[in-house]
Amino acid sequence: MWQTFGFEFVNFYFIPGLVVGCIYALGAIGITLTFSILRFANFAHGEVMMIGAYFTWTAMTLAKNSFGLSIHPLFAAIPAIALAIGLFIFVDRYFYKPFRSAPTIRVVMASFGMMLVIRSFVQSVWGPNQLTFVPGIARPNETVKSFTNSFDIMILMPNKHFWIIAGTIMIMMALSWLLTKTKIGKGMRAVSDSPELAKVSGIDVEVIIQATWMVGGFCAVAAGVFLAMDLQMLETTMGFRMLLPMFAAAILGGIGRPFGAVIGGLVIGLAEELSVYPWFGNGPLLSPGYKTGVAFAIMIVMLVLRPSGLFKGRLF
Amino acid sequence: MSSLPTLEIVDLFAGYGETEILKSINISVEPAQTVAIIGPNGAGKSTVIKSVLGLLNVTSGNINLNGQDVIGIAPDEAIRQGISYVPQTHNVFPNLSVLENLEMGAWTRKTGIKERIDEMFALFPDLQLKKSKIAGSLSGGQRQMVAMAKALMVDSKIMLLDEPTAGLSPKYQSEIFQTIKKINENNIPILLVEQNAKQALEIADKGYVLVDGANKAEGTGRELLEDSNVARMFLGSKE
Amino acid sequence: MDMLIGYSLYGISLLTVGGIYAILALGLNIQWGYAGLFNAGIAGFAAVGAYTFALLSTATNPYHFGGLGLPLPLAILAAMVLSGCIAFLIGLVCIRLRSDYLAIATIGIAEIIKLCLKNETDLTNGPRGINKIPRPWEHLGEERFYTSFPMSWIKDAAGWENFFGQLPNWWWQPFFCGSILLLVYTIYLLLEKAQLSPWGRMMTAIRENEGAAHAAGKHVTRRRIEAFVIGAMVMGLAGAMLSQHLKLIDPTNTFDPSKMTFLVWVMLIAGGSGNNKGAIFGAFLVWTIWSASEIFINSGLNVFGQLISDMDISLLKTRAGYLRMVVIGLLLQYILQKYPNGIIPESRPTSAGN
Repeated sequence: MWQTFGFEFVNFYFIPGLVVGCIYALGAIGITLTFSILRFANFAHGEVMMIGAYFTWTAMTLAKNSFGLSIHPLFAAIPAIALAIGLFIFVDRYFYKPFRSAPTIRVVMASFGMMLVIRSFVQSVWGPNQLTFVPGIARPNETVKSFTNSFDIMILMPNKHFWIIAGTIMIMMALSWLLTKTKIGKGMRAVSDSPELAKVSGIDVEVIIQATWMVGGFCAVAAGVFLAMDLQMLETTMGFRMLLPMFAAAILGGIGRPFGAVIGGLVIGLAEELSVYPWFGNGPLLSPGYKTGVAFAIMIVMLVLRPSGLFKGRLF
Repeated sequence: MSSLPTLEIVDLFAGYGETEILKSINISVEPAQTVAIIGPNGAGKSTVIKSVLGLLNVTSGNINLNGQDVIGIAPDEAIRQGISYVPQTHNVFPNLSVLENLEMGAWTRKTGIKERIDEMFALFPDLQLKKSKIAGSLSGGQRQMVAMAKALMVDSKIMLLDEPTAGLSPKYQSEIFQTIKKINENNIPILLVEQNAKQALEIADKGYVLVDGANKAEGTGRELLEDSNVARMFLGSKE
Repeated sequence: MDMLIGYSLYGISLLTVGGIYAILALGLNIQWGYAGLFNAGIAGFAAVGAYTFALLSTATNPYHFGGLGLPLPLAILAAMVLSGCIAFLIGLVCIRLRSDYLAIATIGIAEIIKLCLKNETDLTNGPRGINKIPRPWEHLGEERFYTSFPMSWIKDAAGWENFFGQLPNWWWQPFFCGSILLLVYTIYLLLEKAQLSPWGRMMTAIRENEGAAHAAGKHVTRRRIEAFVIGAMVMGLAGAMLSQHLKLIDPTNTFDPSKMTFLVWVMLIAGGSGNNKGAIFGAFLVWTIWSASEIFINSGLNVFGQLISDMDISLLKTRAGYLRMVVIGLLLQYILQKYPNGIIPESRPTSAGN
């Protein structure tokens, strides 16, 4: 059983799906938080993911060229996160804040514009071509391989996948602590519940908004770096390609439900990978070229059947 | 100082944007009083409260809180100044627990949050039992209690209640009025906007009747209850 | 003389493409300006129009579906209908939700359209695209057209071909440009008429007060879907015209969503949404800036390259192209904030009557 189906299924479909799902989940957290707290769909979110990965690459390259140090991407991501958060707050201050009391759609459009500005900026600075993030072939982690092999279920998991899954779990735990145990986190949930009431409760909504950008920026850069680690390369369109699955994940989980977004991300990541598994016969169920369409299909089905998402999020 | 009214609204003109809703309003709330504002739908009752909180445009007039001008104040600053405000609807955070709702009410408070929460649980014993329940799962009456407790988490100088009994069953309505009385007994002045004129006037020291954004009548609660005009307008057969 | 012809041809092509963008902007104006619907997938609808037209009108070939050789107006009509059908389906799902959802869904549908065009190789020739798309006027000289249905009255084939053979190879350009401009004008007149009709007034009412309009019920949803579908049909038409102008289309470069969708938005916002004149003005203005700045930057870089001979300016050229995008994006932000109603604000003939 394991030899004929399980080995292939787990190693080549399930684990990659989980990894992609983690990346979507992290991105969707930021989307769902901004959607519920600032009340708009931020189209520039994917681009911040992307530019975060580029910052990380630059930090790694600088360290290598000037000090001869090869640093781990997760370490190089620290300055990148700071820069990305700074970028988010800068964009918010000069491009989104002027529209706080205007009809929502204006700020959606502003974010749509920022999406292009950020991407074109990256294209003009780093160039439009792919960059190598981490060279070399990712070998399966030997410990995991031999350990699981002793149970006759050999799992081939490269270190990068291990980092991505472990990193996502840690971020999730930190986020859960933030949202349920700290004043600012509870404030974020309060503003997400009702911004009007938050304002007349004396909550400083602007502070909450900044905190939202910080959390969103942190998760976005983590997602971007994880994606770059997984693909081992960088591309200027990687953020845009993530945008649709991330929105789908946020809607699936319910807007304003960070943990719903995580579940949504995992579901969509797995659905995408499993949609090309040869469930019937020998060929993939869905032509791999249409993999990206899966997220869209799930989103549309969700909007038809239950637009408030699996976990009863907000509906605007 | 004790002769100074807690809240004094003098000749107030206010509205949303261009449209003026309040045309010359005069209201004063003396220390430790309960004051009720009654009137037909669209008379601008809630607008009075919203203008105190700085939620809309004041064209002219004065609003003084303990002798201090509060016109043009930002809502969060108004809360910081000690105004406990309970909106008519959406007055709790539905996805936060009761306890978290109280903590959010104490956002502007630096110290004594724990003690204040205990005071609130003493005032609203029901809430203590439900403190870790999600506010959205409570009944309408209980939610109203959470909303009031949440608003009282500041160092209240005055409490503004916008139709606290709207949409509640008669049993809950009386309960809410009893609670308001209890709050007032703790020396917190209350400005209450109500549809349920009879019960509101019964617990009020003073009442105002607003019609079309202007003062129509005023007097003690008892006087207004006995006033035949008022009785015909609000206390008799409800439209 | 050659120089003069060169410049006028450049001017003509500027007007032609500007006109096509004006059609796109008018289509968007129906959706956004009239009904307040956010369409972030303009390139997708244009691509549907372009591919439908191309597949129905091209000659038989080994690479993709074709050989129907439909008369061009029929192919254009089909392009509009298909684009409208897709908009209808999306509208059914998303229109009752707030505009953000529609924006996300339209970005999605544009992606799906791109995926289909790339993957359905048998139908569309995949990423390599479609070549030899017939152009109006020019196609008159093509044998398969003057021998088939509407023109089969032509008996003197040799004389007909000779006549076209002696014309300069750009002869069709002014005619094509004229047709596009005529089309822009016709759509403009129709839209102006629609805006004054009860339908148009209701659209304005819906946009101004979505809340109250929602309370009015299903009627509103229907009107909004209508606006969305009509807008998408106009975009499909623009796509068809673009494919004629380009003669060669492919899924990624021709319908680059960020470039095309974005430019149309900048055009409409700059010109003033809700205002058809503004949309047309914005389209020509932005397209001229866009196109002229490319020439300007490139010639500047060429001079620069001659000064520093051992430099690869092609790299700089691509980078400068992206920088241009940054500038256009910032321009949009500026207009959004400083001129929330566009440079030419919407005129309101309806409000005077009420």
